[in-house]
Amino acid sequence: MHRVLGDRRAIAILLGPALLVYSLIMLVPIVWSLGYSFTKGNTIDGFTGNGVANFSRLLDDPSVHESLWFTLTYAAVVTVGQVVAGYLLALLYVFFLKKSSALIRTLAFFPVVLPTVAVGLLFQKFFQVAPQTGPVNSLLNAVGLESIDFFGSAGSAFWVLIVMDIWRSMGFYAVLLFAGLVDIPDEVLESARLDGASGLRLIRHIVLPLSLPVLMSSLIFSINGTLKVFDSVVALTNGGPGNGTTPLTLYMFQTSFTYSDYGYGSTIALLLTVVCLLVSLVVYRVSRRDITEG
Amino acid sequence: MAIDTPVKTAADRRPSGTTGSPRRARPSRRPWVKIVVTLLLVVEIYPLIWMFLTSLKSNDDYLNNSTWSLPTTWEWGNYSEAWTTGHLGLYVQNSLLAVLPALALMLLLGTAAGFALQIMVWKGRSLTLLVFLAGMMVPPQMILLPLFTVYFQAGLSGTLWPLVLTYTGTGLPLTVFMMATYYRTVPRELFEAATIDGAGILRAFWTISVPLVRNALLTVGLVQFFFIWNDLLIALTFTNNQDLRTIQVGLLNFTGDFGATQYGPLFAAICINVFGTLLIYLFLNQKVMKGLTSGAVKG
Repeated sequence: MHRVLGDRRAIAILLGPALLVYSLIMLVPIVWSLGYSFTKGNTIDGFTGNGVANFSRLLDDPSVHESLWFTLTYAAVVTVGQVVAGYLLALLYVFFLKKSSALIRTLAFFPVVLPTVAVGLLFQKFFQVAPQTGPVNSLLNAVGLESIDFFGSAGSAFWVLIVMDIWRSMGFYAVLLFAGLVDIPDEVLESARLDGASGLRLIRHIVLPLSLPVLMSSLIFSINGTLKVFDSVVALTNGGPGNGTTPLTLYMFQTSFTYSDYGYGSTIALLLTVVCLLVSLVVYRVSRRDITEG
Repeated sequence: MAIDTPVKTAADRRPSGTTGSPRRARPSRRPWVKIVVTLLLVVEIYPLIWMFLTSLKSNDDYLNNSTWSLPTTWEWGNYSEAWTTGHLGLYVQNSLLAVLPALALMLLLGTAAGFALQIMVWKGRSLTLLVFLAGMMVPPQMILLPLFTVYFQAGLSGTLWPLVLTYTGTGLPLTVFMMATYYRTVPRELFEAATIDGAGILRAFWTISVPLVRNALLTVGLVQFFFIWNDLLIALTFTNNQDLRTIQVGLLNFTGDFGATQYGPLFAAICINVFGTLLIYLFLNQKVMKGLTSGAVKG
């Protein structure tokens, strides 16, 4: 009976176009980009072979070190922040708001769909000190504190970026984790309560272990996205002040299109790809072990 | 690397909170819960209200009065200024012209591929799905430069085609993956029975399977719409000409076009951009939430 479903011509017609487009737009360029890493130049001026010069430059380039460090710290802080904030919200939904949480869930979710560029510009104006004192600084003034020039130093700009990205995504992770928490059977919670577990102890010993799988998949999803951060940074700080908030993605973009060095740009893109794969692999391994042992 | 973990289907992520168990029966009456919820709502919503009020202020009003104050005169003209003088109308049109064809292509190709990978029976289909999945891991930076060269040499720079093609290609992995997951809930026997009745398998795909996954198509379409509409990186790379700017690129460069910044129209432009997506969310929020969270299961 499987003969109809194994019809090779039909499979080719159904799968062929998608596979072709995917190969031409994604697979071929990936390999091609690898080739670019050994060249110097750009589309307009042409390319010349450059051996491994781009790779030795990559190792010694202080801007690469800074932006790699920025990417990793940003990804670590935002991932933890998103998932922890989302988990707290999910706990709030499940254990305190109960049935009435649907409206709050929907409201807290909506920043996820907003265009990042718009949110970035909004936060820029919200935290600004000049030409107009923004709401955050006027709040500081109101309680007797000095205005802070948030975008004047890389350190404070970094934290505005973190706050913005957690603001954008915590509702999303709350819904994701909420689905995991609701799946915990009521009987388990009831019997734990009868055994005298309540409040934090209930969460620590019953709820947390049971929601570990969905927590881990949230972490993996989050780190995969945050390592590729681009829009938020470009819209909020454009990498500044100086290059204090420049992630690898933006450094690659600037190298390629501002300085027209496609060869070196490809090398940075390759580094980014390797970092993404390595980090995902490590998190994946760790999470598998935790789930099977825990 | 993801293939041996159990993949949660959309059916696992049923809209929750509808079960009437005692644990979820009644909201808590504790005062701190109310305070936390109020704080949460203020933090989530106040920035948008502030943005809207500011979009109705004149430049003087914005620069000289307190940031908390209501507009002294309500400058609705800021919106028409953003739309015409700020070229936002053109940018929205460009975005639609790039997003809608890409969305249609992606859904058509992705559904057919999902069907071929999940319903059809052949050797190597799980490997093929894995190849598609791998595409979700790779950062888009890895494909931009070769594509730029190809589009340039094919004479496509200066049109919106690079955007349509790139969006279609980069959107396919998630579309194929999600559609294949949805097809898992459709029994194969249905198609075997249909083909006994004389319909070819291609015909069965189009007339039987597509209506069955209609809902999934809407969900995936919504998710991809938000991804593409909000994209900055690809649009920034391939729109080297001011007349081709999408809404996001246009908004990013909005300040520059006016010489001295006109804050009212700038905020009006941000508002138009935000309220557009918000409007869709207002009507389809349950679908959007379900779709976006089910797209998140890649681990």
